[in-house]
Amino acid sequence: MKHSSLMKWFVSREGLYYLALAFLLVVLLPLALDPFRLNMVGKYLTYAFVAIGLVMCWGKAGILSLGQGVFFGLGGYSMAMFLKLEASTPEATAIQSTPGIPDFMDWNQLTELPWFWEPFHSFSFTLLAVIGVPVLLAFVIGIAMFTRRVGGVYFAIITQAIAAVLTILIIGQQGYTGGVNGITDLQTLMGWDIRTDEARNILYFICVGMLFLCLFVARLVQNRKLGRILVAMNAQEMRVRFSGYDVAAFKIFVFCLAAAFAGIGGALFTLLVGFMSPSFIGIVASIEMVIFCALGGRLSILGAVYGALLVNAAKSGFSESFPELWPFAMGALFIGVVLAFPDGLAGLYKSYVMPLENKVFKRNKRKTVPVVTRQAAEKADDYSPMMDTYSPEKS
Amino acid sequence: MSTAKSNSGDFLLAVEGLTVSFDGFKAVDDLSFYLDPKEIRVIIGPNGAGKTTVLDLICGKTKATSGSIKFAGKELTKLKEHQIVHSGVGRKFQTPSVFEDLTVFENLEVSYPQGHSVIGALAFKRDAAVIEAVEGVAKTIFLTEALNEPAALLSHGQKQWLEIGMLLIQKPDLLMLDEPVAGMSVAERKKTAELLRVITKDHTVLVIEHDMQFVGDIADRVTVMHQGKVLSEGSIEHVKSDPKVIEVYLGH
Repeated sequence: MKHSSLMKWFVSREGLYYLALAFLLVVLLPLALDPFRLNMVGKYLTYAFVAIGLVMCWGKAGILSLGQGVFFGLGGYSMAMFLKLEASTPEATAIQSTPGIPDFMDWNQLTELPWFWEPFHSFSFTLLAVIGVPVLLAFVIGIAMFTRRVGGVYFAIITQAIAAVLTILIIGQQGYTGGVNGITDLQTLMGWDIRTDEARNILYFICVGMLFLCLFVARLVQNRKLGRILVAMNAQEMRVRFSGYDVAAFKIFVFCLAAAFAGIGGALFTLLVGFMSPSFIGIVASIEMVIFCALGGRLSILGAVYGALLVNAAKSGFSESFPELWPFAMGALFIGVVLAFPDGLAGLYKSYVMPLENKVFKRNKRKTVPVVTRQAAEKADDYSPMMDTYSPEKS
Repeated sequence: MSTAKSNSGDFLLAVEGLTVSFDGFKAVDDLSFYLDPKEIRVIIGPNGAGKTTVLDLICGKTKATSGSIKFAGKELTKLKEHQIVHSGVGRKFQTPSVFEDLTVFENLEVSYPQGHSVIGALAFKRDAAVIEAVEGVAKTIFLTEALNEPAALLSHGQKQWLEIGMLLIQKPDLLMLDEPVAGMSVAERKKTAELLRVITKDHTVLVIEHDMQFVGDIADRVTVMHQGKVLSEGSIEHVKSDPKVIEVYLGH
């Protein structure tokens, strides 16, 4: 009896955090904001997908990727290619010298659709590609890097280089990719006009739904033994290896998971914003994504969502009034976070707000000493390093 | 009790002609030795003799330049670290390496030999067998009271025990311990010797140690290493009275 109530308390307390976020995203913001602003929030949320992936990959497992924009971009471009093909019917493009292909191809003297564009006529293939293409690339990078034990700074630099390579490739291959302008003028999704306020509202809610799905998956992973191994790997990679785990396989898994989240985010970005361009996926964009994660708290998946929302909101606010100052503010923010509160907003919450909460919850909190394992077993189901474990000084 | 050396080939571990060279420097040079099942062997020797490197070679942390390591008839030199662990070799490092962010219970649970693949780790459930195994090992390593404490809060000696426990729960046939009593108090040393006595009922143990008192307490046989080679081998009395050992290691 006592245990089930204890467990309920755990669940309800953690559940409350999720409910609060759901209330904010589903009720408060839609009521408070006009469709234009709500669409902006939706755009910020697409970055939260990337930030959640970075929490798993960087925060938990210690693999810093400075190239998450690549996976965001691959997801986004997959969706954009589908939408562009749908917008490029022979009727709509009758004035082109080759009707039926995307406009930018026509401008670049292409006369037929490149082979890799063909499958994107199919929506189910596109949905598969949104996750599959980023995961495949992450898998290949993972095999190449992690089985050779490339890690730390070297891995970060290589991922950054990959982000640079992809942008250069996209910009250089204008006829196939739309070049620096990206893929623009996207209109309908399976005949449904995505540019109306109503459609954008619906897409916003789809985005929120997908976000909670990704949060659920991330939470599942972190609460299972898998999550504990990721954390353990970060601090004592050797010990994990000599406890019988193939460390490379776990790193590849978490890197692919982060890539999948980023791909979903990218696809939703394309839908919400209505176009995709290389500026969203390059080095600067990728580093910004790390900042969202760092500000929110790199150990907390919920913190990452707030981080993405707040930094992007600040960015919009700043850019509207002082566009030239934003890069400096961003840099200062990052340095500030690293120096002053390395665990980000989630860390601040834990040190300042949680003690107050504990007072409120005190009557429910019982001191449980003796039944060690049962309690530990329950704890396993609710294991969340941000919430309930001792966090020693990171070396 | 000294175990008689046999040549019948039923050794648990047979190291033959093992050599590793780092940029021309042979840290281990044509080394051969054999462990019988259930034996406690202690490797001693001056700093830089290559003792830790031998353990690194057996557990796969370092790849051998040449030579063979046969464990229960299986060649280990070609296997990856986690495969060597799965063959039944456990390794404890010199500085305690436990997962400080996890509790003692979780440390042991992560080491439990089940759910080692990514999918397995995702599906792993803390069932009665796991809890029983963890509690059993915790009792052996004197940490029953500390099961719910984060490993970071343990004393140095307790961390050493925890790491030994993390090996025990893997049920290895061969345990390799690198200086298990370094930095321990006298009381902790006594307890550790007692712990090793319990462990060796079911395991073969290979230990690196400097403390000659402790070595005398636990060893069946002692191998003395010097400059990557075996200098002397035999019972503690034999080794202690060997003039070569006195010359390079024990001193006059």
